[in-house]
Amino acid sequence: MNRIKQKIQEDKKLLSIYFSAGFPTLNDTFTIIQDLEKNGVDFIEIGLPFSDPLADGPTIQESSTIALKNGMTTETLFSQLKDIRKTVHIPLIIMGYFNPMLQYGVEAFCATCAEIGIDGLIIPDLPLDVFEREYKAIFEKHGLLNIFLITPQTSDERIKQIDAASDGFIYMVSSAGVTGSQSGFGNTQEDYFSRIKKMNLKNPQVVGFGIKDAETFKQATKSTKGAIIGSAFIKHLHKEGIKGISGFIKSVR
Amino acid sequence: MNYNVDEKGYYGDFGGAFIPEMLYPNVENLRQNYLKIMREPSFIEEFNQLLKDYVGRPSPLYFAKRLSKKYNTKIYLKREDLNHTGAHKVNNTIGQILMAKRLGKKRIIAETGAGQHGVATATVCALMGMECIVYMGEIDIARQAPNVARMKMLGAEVRPALSGSRTLKDATNEAIRDWINNPVDTHYIIGSAIGPHPYPDMVTRFQSVISEEIKKQLKEKEGKENPNYVIACIGGGSNAAGTYYHFLHEEEVGIIAVEAAGKGVHSGESAATSALGKEGVIHGCKTLLMQTKDGQITEPYSISAGLDYPGVGPMHSHLYKTGRAEFYSATDDEAMQSGLELTKLEGIIPAIESSHALAIFKHKTFTPEDVVVLCLSGRGDKDLDNYIKYFNL
Repeated sequence: MNRIKQKIQEDKKLLSIYFSAGFPTLNDTFTIIQDLEKNGVDFIEIGLPFSDPLADGPTIQESSTIALKNGMTTETLFSQLKDIRKTVHIPLIIMGYFNPMLQYGVEAFCATCAEIGIDGLIIPDLPLDVFEREYKAIFEKHGLLNIFLITPQTSDERIKQIDAASDGFIYMVSSAGVTGSQSGFGNTQEDYFSRIKKMNLKNPQVVGFGIKDAETFKQATKSTKGAIIGSAFIKHLHKEGIKGISGFIKSVR
Repeated sequence: MNYNVDEKGYYGDFGGAFIPEMLYPNVENLRQNYLKIMREPSFIEEFNQLLKDYVGRPSPLYFAKRLSKKYNTKIYLKREDLNHTGAHKVNNTIGQILMAKRLGKKRIIAETGAGQHGVATATVCALMGMECIVYMGEIDIARQAPNVARMKMLGAEVRPALSGSRTLKDATNEAIRDWINNPVDTHYIIGSAIGPHPYPDMVTRFQSVISEEIKKQLKEKEGKENPNYVIACIGGGSNAAGTYYHFLHEEEVGIIAVEAAGKGVHSGESAATSALGKEGVIHGCKTLLMQTKDGQITEPYSISAGLDYPGVGPMHSHLYKTGRAEFYSATDDEAMQSGLELTKLEGIIPAIESSHALAIFKHKTFTPEDVVVLCLSGRGDKDLDNYIKYFNL
């Protein structure tokens, strides 16, 4: 069974961490993943850096730019992850924009992911209809889950469509805005969260965007399965380097 | 062969809407309504009235006698440079601001390269009393100072794009991020024939007034609607899309595109997308795109801020791939010389973007009987500094 599907059956609120592969230095990827698992993170989103990350705010833009300057490429990331499953057992997801995957070849990309033991992909700029028409069969063949996003502006009708097309979990974007731009959780989120809860979706939801500490983690997971921290973790890496990972995770849980 | 957009938003293999879910409600709302709104009689009336009384359309189709003599063919210039605000860009911003009003939007954002689209957007926002924010690369802000001043005077806020190459591509990224951050009250006026469907088609339709007028005017002057060739410069490709639109399915009309080769197509400093690009996804559409083997978008270069873009609109990718259009490129030097040549021969100082189209006469020979229509997309006032520096005037 896919590790993500197994994980979401655990009776706990899940903490996920996003980081840009190749940041702070090119070869930190393996160490960061191992440290995150050691410190009790439930699953990880490995960011494949892109030159033009449309949905990202300044923090992730900067970490992506630095990663690319450090020499990160799709090939390099795959070779860094080659032996990851010898030591790491939690679900691993690659999150990246579509163009680098398109250039690598979607079929080849998925095949390599499966070989390495990647469990799913999040591709913010690959729309649902194109995925279903052109790539779904490839993902299924390689046992990869494709995780879709919903936002406060997503209509009920479309949420139902996305729920039907999803497997694993739904990535629930907490509020309007690019990554790292949210100031906290307010009434708008409460309404949105309760709207989603009432819909009784078949897939659990994991919240992303705006989660940065123990308080926002608790708020985000009140009615959902888990939450993802990205920008706040990257800021911490920027300041403390990879030595600070344990301290950061402990401060959230 | 169909050269227009299909129901799914594609031109052959190109186009579509590759957007994050955050943009879906806005883009979908636009997709469902744009044609309906454009067909409303009250919309058509208001649009045409503004094009006539405010923009000054129809723009003249001018027979360039001395230029024709020099190149031994019949050259007509479609004078988009004479429009209010000095370029073709205003055709589209008039259309889109009327669209935004009917969609109930209150706040307008735009990206700009040369500043022409920014000025045209700031202008229609002033006209309609709407809030206007224009994203512009930091480099472009420096090289197009007069347009920055005009936008500010018109009441727009000009926000510098500080990421990447700090030019048009990055300004577009920032505008898209703004739209993600403001999903309810904001309309994004894209200035080129790029972006997610329905933008390329909507921009093309608003700009298609160019080729519609060419047909009528040429009938009066030459007794036939169709020229032998239509020519335009291409960055993202909005003036080209408008110039070609009514000729796309007229097989006897040759379609010619001139891209910016910068310091030479293979110099590493170029914006000649058809020669250097590969199929990829940029700013929400699948199109030809300059990129690394790894799929990272590369930074283009051209002396012309308006052509300094690493992609072309999906319609143009389709025209290129199917062979419907011939693609050429002109270097900075060729464009500057052609701009000066037009100035000396016809008394018209063209925008450096349009000077690229004029450089076609250095690359292709036409017969004396050929009727060639070239879109003079903008005037050169904004480029005076560049011309002065280049020619030591």
